[in-house]
Amino acid sequence: MTKKMNKQLIKILISLFLVILSTILKLDHSIINNIFYIVAYIIVGYDIVIKAMKNIGRGKVFDENFLMTIATIGAFCIGEFPEAVAVMLFYQVGELFQSYAVDKSRKSISSLMDIRPDYANVYRKEEIERVDPDEVNIGEIILVKPGEKIPLDGIVIEGASMLNTQALTGESVPRRVRESNEVLNGCINNDGILKIKVTKKFEESTVAKILDLVENASSRKSKSENFISKFAKYYTPIVVIIAVFLAILPPLIIKDASFNDWLYRALSFLVVSCPCALVISIPLSFFGGIGASSKIGILIKGSNYLEALAHTELVVCDKTGTLTEGVFQVQKIESIGYSDEELLRYASYAENFSNHPISLSIKKAYGKEINEKLVTKTKEISGKGIFARVDKKEILVGNKKLMREYKIEVKESKEAGTIVYVAIDNKFAGTIIISDKIKEDSFKAMKEFRKNHVERVIMLTGDLDDISKNIAQKLKLDSYYAELLPQDKVEKVEKLMNQKSDRGKLLFIGDGINDAPVLAIADIGVAMGGVGSDAAIEAADVVIMTDEPSKVSSAIKISKKTMRIVRENILFAILVKVAILILSAFGIASMWAAVFADVGVSVIAILNALRILRIKNNQ
Amino acid sequence: MKKYKFKIEGLDCANCANELESALQKIEQIENVSISFIMQKLSFECQEENKETALKEIRKVIKKEEPDVTIEEV
Repeated sequence: MTKKMNKQLIKILISLFLVILSTILKLDHSIINNIFYIVAYIIVGYDIVIKAMKNIGRGKVFDENFLMTIATIGAFCIGEFPEAVAVMLFYQVGELFQSYAVDKSRKSISSLMDIRPDYANVYRKEEIERVDPDEVNIGEIILVKPGEKIPLDGIVIEGASMLNTQALTGESVPRRVRESNEVLNGCINNDGILKIKVTKKFEESTVAKILDLVENASSRKSKSENFISKFAKYYTPIVVIIAVFLAILPPLIIKDASFNDWLYRALSFLVVSCPCALVISIPLSFFGGIGASSKIGILIKGSNYLEALAHTELVVCDKTGTLTEGVFQVQKIESIGYSDEELLRYASYAENFSNHPISLSIKKAYGKEINEKLVTKTKEISGKGIFARVDKKEILVGNKKLMREYKIEVKESKEAGTIVYVAIDNKFAGTIIISDKIKEDSFKAMKEFRKNHVERVIMLTGDLDDISKNIAQKLKLDSYYAELLPQDKVEKVEKLMNQKSDRGKLLFIGDGINDAPVLAIADIGVAMGGVGSDAAIEAADVVIMTDEPSKVSSAIKISKKTMRIVRENILFAILVKVAILILSAFGIASMWAAVFADVGVSVIAILNALRILRIKNNQ
Repeated sequence: MKKYKFKIEGLDCANCANELESALQKIEQIENVSISFIMQKLSFECQEENKETALKEIRKVIKKEEPDVTIEEV
């Protein structure tokens, strides 16, 4: 509790004590009794009254303080002394509880984003100084001990350790780092001691960017929030005007109607007229949703995108690096006359001096040391492959064109992927099939998309048709478009945008590097593997910090939960308020009920909003 | 245009924050004014050379709308 809240609490208790005292003493003299009430009222409500007075001077008549003052003073005037004090007392208790709840949620949300490092140990004049991460310059060397947060982005120059990246990516498996590895701030150093050369100023660092992004997310307002602001603008004046009519008209029109009775009803209206329950709980829900997402490594740039995610109808994915690992791997070896191992060995010896991605994946699959002395001659045949003399054998490794050039007859492979033909001593020896591997997580993502009522999942890729077809079938995609140039992707997405329903949204998932235009035209652009990539953070609406596409469906899930809570709160608050208004117009509900409709509803709505924070990682 | 952030304290309720935000939006020198009641943050953009006059305007509006509110640069 803050100081202000403590003070509030003391005032409430004293006032409550006086009210109870006057009831216990059962004072016969109503004047003394009333003095008790007036004193209790002044203690608990003087600040409200003073604020109200100031507001009249500024012409703010629809202010909460002013309305409460009028309602309670009105109650005094019609002789309802206990009611007047009770309403003010109850109102203050509610306000106190409300600010306590807001304070609490503010803290629990910020603790979700507790990734800001507090200090850095920097080497200066051969001594270690503990300074604010803000004060460290590029090129300085910092020391990070076990258990400490890495304060700045940099490169490890000494030491090795396991890093806990959970705060940044939601990933629970620690990551191993050694000399010359890049590290990001916000990670926690688990065991070793690391010396790190700083490569970025703090304000440019990953943590600073993430914090900035999440903190500013609430400034992009959702439709629901705009609706509430508009609603609040009209709601209060309308209720107040009705209250005025309620106080004046019935006593004039209806015979025997008591003015005091109708005034009491009108005063209840004033108590219900504040729209605060809605105005606080809706942004709080969105904020909670954004906080809960960032905890599992999903950064959402605005409440509007969180809202849009719930209506995802079409998911369009990039292939390489999104659904697949983006790394070429030897998938299959079909050897003739040699063992698979031998074929791979000859091929990797032949490819020894090449840095082509295909060569690298062959060498990686072989995985053993290459005795360079055995390679006596290599010649690269551009666009076709390699000729090499290995261990006194003539090796050809390359595509079909190379085989044709050397007039070698081959058995064609029907596998999907890049097919590498190998010939040994002018005889066809087999094929090595290399392709990109589908991420394990992609299968999970597809299942989750279906569960979350995504209607169609479509893949776009620049890759060859048969490779893409294979992946689309394995993942059970609805359709795919292959062999697209970057500008074709934009065109395709534009077309798809016209195919969805009015409320449905198109979500595009890419790696954020060469698909910025597509990210921009999609309703929701999601960039993956975003940590450390400025381009991705810049271009996308949602950034997934790990490279798991299933996080997109988690985001959709959080969004749906948020929207459900938002709808519950809007409906609940409006229904209760309208019900109490109607009941008090007929004199059935007392001013007590009215106070509940004001602060009670706010508190319930806030508590409901906080449920979003309970979403778990694996959900 | 440069972005400035302030800690804003003393706001009673979210509705007051909304009202203050719309009042501040009328100030000419500044753009993209936003008040986050939950984060207790006021942010706006303005030309660097106009910062002082803009701040003066902002303080004036705050004094008129919500006299109990204080702001402090972060």
